[in-house]
Amino acid sequence: MIGERSITLVVLGLLLAVVAWALVVDEPFTITLATRAAILALAAVGLNIALGIGGMVSLGHAVFFGLGGYAMGILAYHAQSFSALDLGLVSVAGTKSMPVIWLVALGVSALAALLIGLLSLRTSGVYFIMITLAFGQMFYYFAISWSAYGGEDGLSIYVRNGFPGLNTLVPIQFFGICFALLCAALFLNARLRASPFGLALNAARQVPARIETVGLTPFRLKLVAFVISGAITGLAGALFADLNRFVSPTMFSWQLSGELIVLIVIGGVGRLIGPVIGACLFVALEHWLGGLTEFWHVYLGAILLGIVLFARGGIVGLLTGREGPHV
Amino acid sequence: MKKLALGAAALALAATSAAAEVKVGMITTLSGGGAGLGIDVRDGFVLALEQAGRDDIELVIEDDQRKPDIAVQLADKMIQSERVDVMTGIIWSNLAMAVIPSAVNQGVFYLSPNAGPSQLAGQGCHENYFNVAWQNDNLHEAAGAWANQTGYENSFILAPNYPAGQDALTGYKRFYEGELAGELYTQLGQTDYAAEIAQIRASGADSVFFFLPGGMGISFLKQYADSGVETPVIGPAFSFDQGILGAVGDAALGIVNTSQWSKDLDNPTNSAFVESFQEKYDRLPSLYASQGFDTANLLISAIDAADVSDKEAFREALRAADFDSTRGDFEFGPNHHPIQDIYAREVVMEGDVLTNRIIGTALEDRADAYADACNM
Amino acid sequence: MSLILIAEQVLNGLQFGVMLFLMAAGLTLIFGVMGLINLAHGSLYMVGAFAAAAVAGATGSFLLALAAALAAAALAGVLIEILVIRRLYRAAHLDQVLATFALILIFSEGTRWVFGSFPLFLDVPDALSGPITLPGGIQYPVYRLTLIGIGLAVALGLWWLTARTRIGIQIRAGENDREMIAALGVDISRLYTIVFALGAALAGLAGALVGAIQSVQVGMGEPVLILAFVVIVIGGIGSIKGAFIGALLVGLTDTLGGIFLPELFKLFMPADAASQTGSALASMAIYILMSLVLIWRPSGLFGARA
Repeated sequence: MIGERSITLVVLGLLLAVVAWALVVDEPFTITLATRAAILALAAVGLNIALGIGGMVSLGHAVFFGLGGYAMGILAYHAQSFSALDLGLVSVAGTKSMPVIWLVALGVSALAALLIGLLSLRTSGVYFIMITLAFGQMFYYFAISWSAYGGEDGLSIYVRNGFPGLNTLVPIQFFGICFALLCAALFLNARLRASPFGLALNAARQVPARIETVGLTPFRLKLVAFVISGAITGLAGALFADLNRFVSPTMFSWQLSGELIVLIVIGGVGRLIGPVIGACLFVALEHWLGGLTEFWHVYLGAILLGIVLFARGGIVGLLTGREGPHV
Repeated sequence: MKKLALGAAALALAATSAAAEVKVGMITTLSGGGAGLGIDVRDGFVLALEQAGRDDIELVIEDDQRKPDIAVQLADKMIQSERVDVMTGIIWSNLAMAVIPSAVNQGVFYLSPNAGPSQLAGQGCHENYFNVAWQNDNLHEAAGAWANQTGYENSFILAPNYPAGQDALTGYKRFYEGELAGELYTQLGQTDYAAEIAQIRASGADSVFFFLPGGMGISFLKQYADSGVETPVIGPAFSFDQGILGAVGDAALGIVNTSQWSKDLDNPTNSAFVESFQEKYDRLPSLYASQGFDTANLLISAIDAADVSDKEAFREALRAADFDSTRGDFEFGPNHHPIQDIYAREVVMEGDVLTNRIIGTALEDRADAYADACNM
Repeated sequence: MSLILIAEQVLNGLQFGVMLFLMAAGLTLIFGVMGLINLAHGSLYMVGAFAAAAVAGATGSFLLALAAALAAAALAGVLIEILVIRRLYRAAHLDQVLATFALILIFSEGTRWVFGSFPLFLDVPDALSGPITLPGGIQYPVYRLTLIGIGLAVALGLWWLTARTRIGIQIRAGENDREMIAALGVDISRLYTIVFALGAALAGLAGALVGAIQSVQVGMGEPVLILAFVVIVIGGIGSIKGAFIGALLVGLTDTLGGIFLPELFKLFMPADAASQTGSALASMAIYILMSLVLIWRPSGLFGARA
């Protein structure tokens, strides 16, 4: 059986190899697909911190994904229409600079995660799943009826936002940005697990009582993890919006929250590389099955069922021969 | 993410791709809720290509699942990998807004068979964008005009709370001259309208205008009929097209709705279209099918007149709209949106099938309210 | 706004509430007894509606259609219980969420495969169509009154079933201690299948009843499913009484919120802006209600365990 670390390197290497191949044979759409996979993976890496390490099954992570998307959409919209963004006390200009947008996306989704976490973490189990779902629905309906920013029609950004020194409209360059951020998030995730905070969080998931006896509060540990988790997913949302040059309320939908969980479970819950494997497989399946039949959801459903029933540890579990942590 | 081999039709078209001179990419909704509309547009389009017997047009069809992000990806794929010359197919305005501006900016022609958001008719108009159906407000405007002609003076109006819904009420009010007994925004996807119907009953209105596309309209009409409220209803054709009437049932009988097309429009192109569509697909065509059919014929007329690689000439050929439309007269305004008559239809029973019959013209040679804002 | 209108809206809220209860009762029973989160419950609702529409179309009889809805949903329930759900009872919530999410995909696209993409027709039976005048001069559709009646009857029936019958005792015992009742010789896996089928049948019944006044189409179960979850979370998961109270609360909040919030905003805003803002807030109202309840009582109004 293979070690987890080597799987991580192999998977990232494979993703790069596919993109390199696409570059050589001039298949820009394959690069776009790989970019989509990398971004979804980044979102799921974020969720995996809450779900895999902290044991918080959030069915509302689309909130952060959507907030990141709208942070990008709103800033770029004001920049392209040369109008000021009125924040009540101050009004600021929009921007088309990716780094600035990322910072805003991180900040806004972290703030939202803090508020939602403060309220939701009072509950646990099914109640937690459902209250996060409820927050997702609130944001969804709000976005639909918020006509200033397009409501259900969403916002179109005509040109992809810029990054100093790069031409982001070239598929391979934008892929490079997304891949680099994914690697950074994976690195952060790995460091987090090994840190005292990560170990304590892991323990808080397994035996909350023991954590309390050493003077830590599980609530606070989980809240911090939830905020980090939300922020990373928010960053992914900003990238996703930039990939499509478009943002709409579907980014807040509960199906999207469900899909993020699906990505993690396909790959293996709580595994570092699990979300990346899940995202790549999901995008590939979507592409390949969709080409075979109009009713590809049936097969996707069957495959998911198979994984849940017969491969509890996901793909990583199959490869390493060990089940993942129990959530 | 779907490359549909559309039975024999698409296969025959694709098999000759070596000789193909024009590559057409169709992104439309073929799965999930709302698939009925996309299927009708596709079937109408394919029928026209088949009848023309063209081997110089290659058609690639993909399913957007009604998701904007999927539609954008498919558009990227068609432009980057398939290198299509012309795109078409999108049903929904929000998907259109996600795909069309960037597609036409990359030099692709876009022929819209359904969605006509106001942005693309006004400031955001583009020389490569042509709408073959209508500007979104048109049918609602016609409903307002018809309300005047009928003598309604106190309308109750309702629509879902999203941009197309807000546009619908604005469009109705643009022409309607009477008072408003009430104005209501419902939830998108709402299925129960008991509360709204109670308000209609209490409002003392002499007419009800509603825009509730898809399943929402079905629910509303059934519940309205069951409530015993007798106030006459008027609406755009979307809740009375052939795909939906069967599910609404008798509740729809006698309701007046506005449309730029109807099965009984008296011109040879339309009669032939209705007959051949029924023969091929074994169901009556809807207005969406007629729009798909017209879109394909417009495209064919342009290909006959100009080479697609000569963008200037091809654009002129499209602008000329030199084809036989199922709607009879058809021409483009300065913003590449149709100038056309919009009719009032009534839902009737023909044998045991519910369908529509024209009872009058609501608006003649109607362009749209946004053309002035378009600087092409 | 007249008193008659308000009374009529309260009836509407009540009717919406009892239909939600039919959905929520099954969900909460299944969670209470088996500890399972079933996202596919909305699919059973859809199965009921489609079965009813198909049978009503073929025979013209609404009663036969209802019977078919009950049978088809119960059968589908038994089938997925035996094939899939049974393996999930001891699994983590996460696995349950995922597996039943997969079932939604299969059911939705499978139904479209069989019935096509266009909505089906199902109508109110002639005997129950049209309005009736209630005391006070309220005109109200007979069919909706019937729905309220059926909903209340089912609620009573469920209460009787759990409180007074042998199987009810087993169900309640199963909620408290499954090992113990297994030791007492109750065939636990048969009990689970029965409970699951019962929940499925209730969902199918709701689908058929509501399908007659709404549109029978693929995906119709999902919005209802989410509302039903809101209901059982507010009421406390596992509690039938909680589901009943929660359903009425959600039904009334949603209906009355949609009416009164826009009116409220009209007091200090122009009419069409008020209508937009009010209905935006109304669409979020039940989720706000749920969050407030959970912040106040983290395991719902009548919840025994989290």
